[in-house]
Amino acid sequence: MIRDISQDLGFTRTRPRWRRELWRHRWPLLFISPFFVLFAVFNVYPIGFSFWLSLHDWPGLGPMDFVGLTNYAELGRDSIFWSSMLNALILFFIYVPLMTFLAVVIAAVLNSRFLKLQGLWRTLIFVPNITSMVAAGYTFRLILDKDSGALNHALAILHVSAVPWLDDVWWARISLGLLMIWAWLGYNTVLMLGGLQTIPPELVEAAKVDGATAIQAFWRITVPLLRPMILFAVTISIIGTFSMFTEPYILTRGGPIRATETPVFQIFNTTFQDLRFGYAAAESYVYFAIIVAITLFQFWGLSRRDPVN
Amino acid sequence: MRITLDKPIAYTAIIALSLVMLFPFTWMLSSSLKPFSEIFAGNSFLPEQPTLANYQSLFEQNNAVLKLWNSFYIAAAATAISVFLCALGGYAFAKFRFPGRGLLFSLMLASMALPFAVVMVPLFVMMRNVFHWIDTPWPLIIPGAANAFGIFFMRQYMLSVPDEMLDAARVDGASEFRIFWRIVLPTSVPGLISLSIIFFMSSWNNFLWPLAILHSDSMQTVPVMLNSLQGPPGRTAFDVLMAGSVVSVLPMLVIFLILQRRLVAGITSGAIKG
Repeated sequence: MIRDISQDLGFTRTRPRWRRELWRHRWPLLFISPFFVLFAVFNVYPIGFSFWLSLHDWPGLGPMDFVGLTNYAELGRDSIFWSSMLNALILFFIYVPLMTFLAVVIAAVLNSRFLKLQGLWRTLIFVPNITSMVAAGYTFRLILDKDSGALNHALAILHVSAVPWLDDVWWARISLGLLMIWAWLGYNTVLMLGGLQTIPPELVEAAKVDGATAIQAFWRITVPLLRPMILFAVTISIIGTFSMFTEPYILTRGGPIRATETPVFQIFNTTFQDLRFGYAAAESYVYFAIIVAITLFQFWGLSRRDPVN
Repeated sequence: MRITLDKPIAYTAIIALSLVMLFPFTWMLSSSLKPFSEIFAGNSFLPEQPTLANYQSLFEQNNAVLKLWNSFYIAAAATAISVFLCALGGYAFAKFRFPGRGLLFSLMLASMALPFAVVMVPLFVMMRNVFHWIDTPWPLIIPGAANAFGIFFMRQYMLSVPDEMLDAARVDGASEFRIFWRIVLPTSVPGLISLSIIFFMSSWNNFLWPLAILHSDSMQTVPVMLNSLQGPPGRTAFDVLMAGSVVSVLPMLVIFLILQRRLVAGITSGAIKG
């Protein structure tokens, strides 16, 4: 230690300790540096800059007008912004529980090799996930069109009157949920299949030998053991729902009467249509805080109800 | 008796589900071959007067080849750079001990929870006022070039590269970068392919950020072109749009059908944390 200090003071020609350490570990540090440099420039700095931006009124060009916390005060009273948050929450409850449940069931059926051609079914269910959401959104708009869409034509054959899929507040939200399930069911099924492969099949077999039905084994053994994966999938879905942009932008244009506008949709419009950059930055901050809060709350809630403890 | 009854139900359900999943693709394809009036007459599933006029209009009037090329070279460049940098970072986290490693790794993982929309506004301002990169491909390539998911993914993959192999190369006097390039990368090819598919597809299908960045017609990627075909309310050119949608989906479909095993492996191993 004493020798190190003497070296630090320059009494010897060896480099100081921290520089020696850096030199010794130069390769791994060099290898990870691209990430941290890009992260600093394109994430950390913008987040700081965004706060400064949120304290200003600025149309994107010309001088910035310092307004203090006025943007945040206005945001607190902005019913359009808060209803976009509510829309995301409603959408979440419309499709995520159903989608996650279906994904677990399908994965359990495929994993049990109860059906043949397991790989084929997985492929067919997964394939929507690789589709451009712009292309899929327009196609869904055609299929769900009230007057000429394929779905209402099919319903007419069954003597069901035309459903206003995209023209009614609640139906538009359900339609958006349908698009999300179509696009993400396969992805979630693949996640659950991955989770199931870590569960030894003997557990389910043993339960069946003990007289449990397939449905009992599913609820009592498969679902509890899949809990970590379900938690992971639901967390992704929360972030995904609150970050949704392309789907409402293409399928419903946020309508009718703003019923399917999401927070990111709002931020986008505030920035590029209203040209209120400072206000959009404030929206981004509140949006971020809410996402972090929901994610933490969800982890806390689910870990508390762990049946193992 | 129960088993004989369960199986037909399960098969019916899974076949019905698969048909539902496929239906939008078939509708997209069949609509793209219909004249505009027939799309909204909506009388038949198959086109009554099949025509390639929509594709003709897409390629002749909307310069779709250029937009496909834009989408392709941006996705290819972004994928090549990202996969390389992620492999480099993943290798360092998997095979080296260095001070601050745990902290840096946790910081990197935490950054994955940061939604893009949080930095979209300031990043756009930076791209325009500092870098002057509006209407160039750079904002779609550089900011995401080394991302946390990719590094984490490659780290998981490279944990299984045997240390003996690396040490033997060190004894032979190979430089660290040479070891990475000649030993680590070749043994990680399946992981590199998985990550490449994931990156390529997400760049190809990306919409929000290209929509904000690419303004002029000649710079558009395929999804941005589709959006610009939208036109004023009620005038949407759905006939050309469906042709464009087929063109945007088809390349991904081909890649997926060839390499789906690797893609699925990538999704699974990204989720099961080591």
